[in-house]
Amino acid sequence: MTRLHAVAPPAVDGRTAAEGAAPAPLGAVRVEGVSKVYGDSASAVRALDHLDLDVSPGGFVCVLGASGCGKSTLLSLVAGLDRASSGRITVDGRASLMFQDAALFPWLTAARAVELPLRLDGMRRAERRDRARELLELVHLGDFADKRPHELSGGMRQRVALARALGQRTDVLLMDEPFGALDAMTRDTLHDEVERIWQASGKSVLFVTHNVREAVRLGDRVVLLSSRPGRVIAEFPVPIPRPRRIDSPDVATLAATITDQLRAEVSRHGDH
Amino acid sequence: MATTNPPSTDTLDARLSGLDALELELRPPRRRSARIWSHVWPKALAAAIFLAFWQVVVWTGWRPSYLLPGPEPVFHTLYSSFGSLMDAARTTLGRAVVGFGLAVVLGTLLGAAVARSRILRAAFGSLITGLQTMPSIAWFPLAILLFRLTNGAIIFVVVLGAAPSIANGLISGIDTIPPLWLRAGHVQGARGLGMLRYVVLPAALPTFVAGLKQGWAFAWRSLLAGELLVQIPGATSLGERLEFAREFSQPTSLIAVMIVILVIGILVDELVFGTAERAIRRRYGLVDEAD
Repeated sequence: MTRLHAVAPPAVDGRTAAEGAAPAPLGAVRVEGVSKVYGDSASAVRALDHLDLDVSPGGFVCVLGASGCGKSTLLSLVAGLDRASSGRITVDGRASLMFQDAALFPWLTAARAVELPLRLDGMRRAERRDRARELLELVHLGDFADKRPHELSGGMRQRVALARALGQRTDVLLMDEPFGALDAMTRDTLHDEVERIWQASGKSVLFVTHNVREAVRLGDRVVLLSSRPGRVIAEFPVPIPRPRRIDSPDVATLAATITDQLRAEVSRHGDH
Repeated sequence: MATTNPPSTDTLDARLSGLDALELELRPPRRRSARIWSHVWPKALAAAIFLAFWQVVVWTGWRPSYLLPGPEPVFHTLYSSFGSLMDAARTTLGRAVVGFGLAVVLGTLLGAAVARSRILRAAFGSLITGLQTMPSIAWFPLAILLFRLTNGAIIFVVVLGAAPSIANGLISGIDTIPPLWLRAGHVQGARGLGMLRYVVLPAALPTFVAGLKQGWAFAWRSLLAGELLVQIPGATSLGERLEFAREFSQPTSLIAVMIVILVIGILVDELVFGTAERAIRRRYGLVDEAD
């Protein structure tokens, strides 16, 4: 507890939270009737079809779906990397995006990687140095500030990417299967880490995954998408109190229910 | 999202640092002397094999020794005329630096212009590659017409020899940037010049340096060809010394000059470009640290 409060409040957007007080919730996302079509009329691929989705300020929504449900497309659209074919996306504030690959630049040390968005935002050198140090402390990488990506493990690289995304003056954190390529033990630890940091920051999170238990472990709400085209087929509130464990019976029970629906959705695309 | 009992950070902290310690590879760094030695001995061996081969050919009597001297008299000449050889090398290296410097400026501007636009790339990409494959000696008749027998003619050909490689290095460096890096730059707020400075140029750097290295090799070759053809009174260069030694049938000094040319080529390649390339590759994590 003490450590959390010693480090987290100044590090997250400079907001100072008094002991025990929850930060103001931020960053609503509203996706209304969004479709995304790739290619021309004849050979067009419909990735998303009239998708509706809401993330409340400070909320944690997990989007779950099998292959081809357009999960990554959805995040690209919300992040502004791509344009929707139709429909409307409203982001209250700005969004930062974390990829499945840490996407760190090999020529930058961990500290410089975290500084880059701050630098692009025009923050002064001394300020962004301090800020980067705080952010790396926040993800427990204070001792690795001078290491380059190839000197870090996969889990550590993702934490640098997390620190980088958190440092941006954004209100929404978009996460595109950020822990998909990590081993179970590391992933489990990073779930605790993300939950802790999210609670301390007040940012809202839109988290995309194909791992049902991960979705239940992390989300306030789990949104299930269909595949080809992607459309919301079910939503599940997750009433399990935090902190959660991925191997708790409550998580397992809800995950089983969701998995059954997901299986039904996947078999719809087979021959039978 | 009320904060009810966040996970105890003490155990999370301990678990993370435990994982970090276990995941990082532990490999003791090799001593510097051992590393240098491992780079030097294969090269020394290659030189020894070459010298032995040369001596054996001389011993077979394939050509009389006044046409093909052995290593011993050649190194004797090299030693006795070292001062004047270095003077000639200075002239030649001076031209190389000027020509290569101009080629870097021209090649970089050309490469940057072409890499920026798909249309320019389609138009000039294959032309640049074509220029790269054109033997530089083919430029000399035109160079001599344009610049007469002057330093300018030599520099002209050196620049034309090296610039396409440098431009190509930059173009392919920019072309092969992983799209993920550009997306990552974009979500971090990089646009226009910021994207160029903080993402595109550093990402293209390893390939650009490889292009510089190749450009140097072309420049050096064009330069020596030029010095054989374009002789300027008053200035003694390595090329002129070669031509002079042939005309006066002095094979020992001819081979001595060749050795100087070879050694300079190797030294610049290794010390300047090799060092830069290795430093970048290590920094970018493109080499096994044990190397």
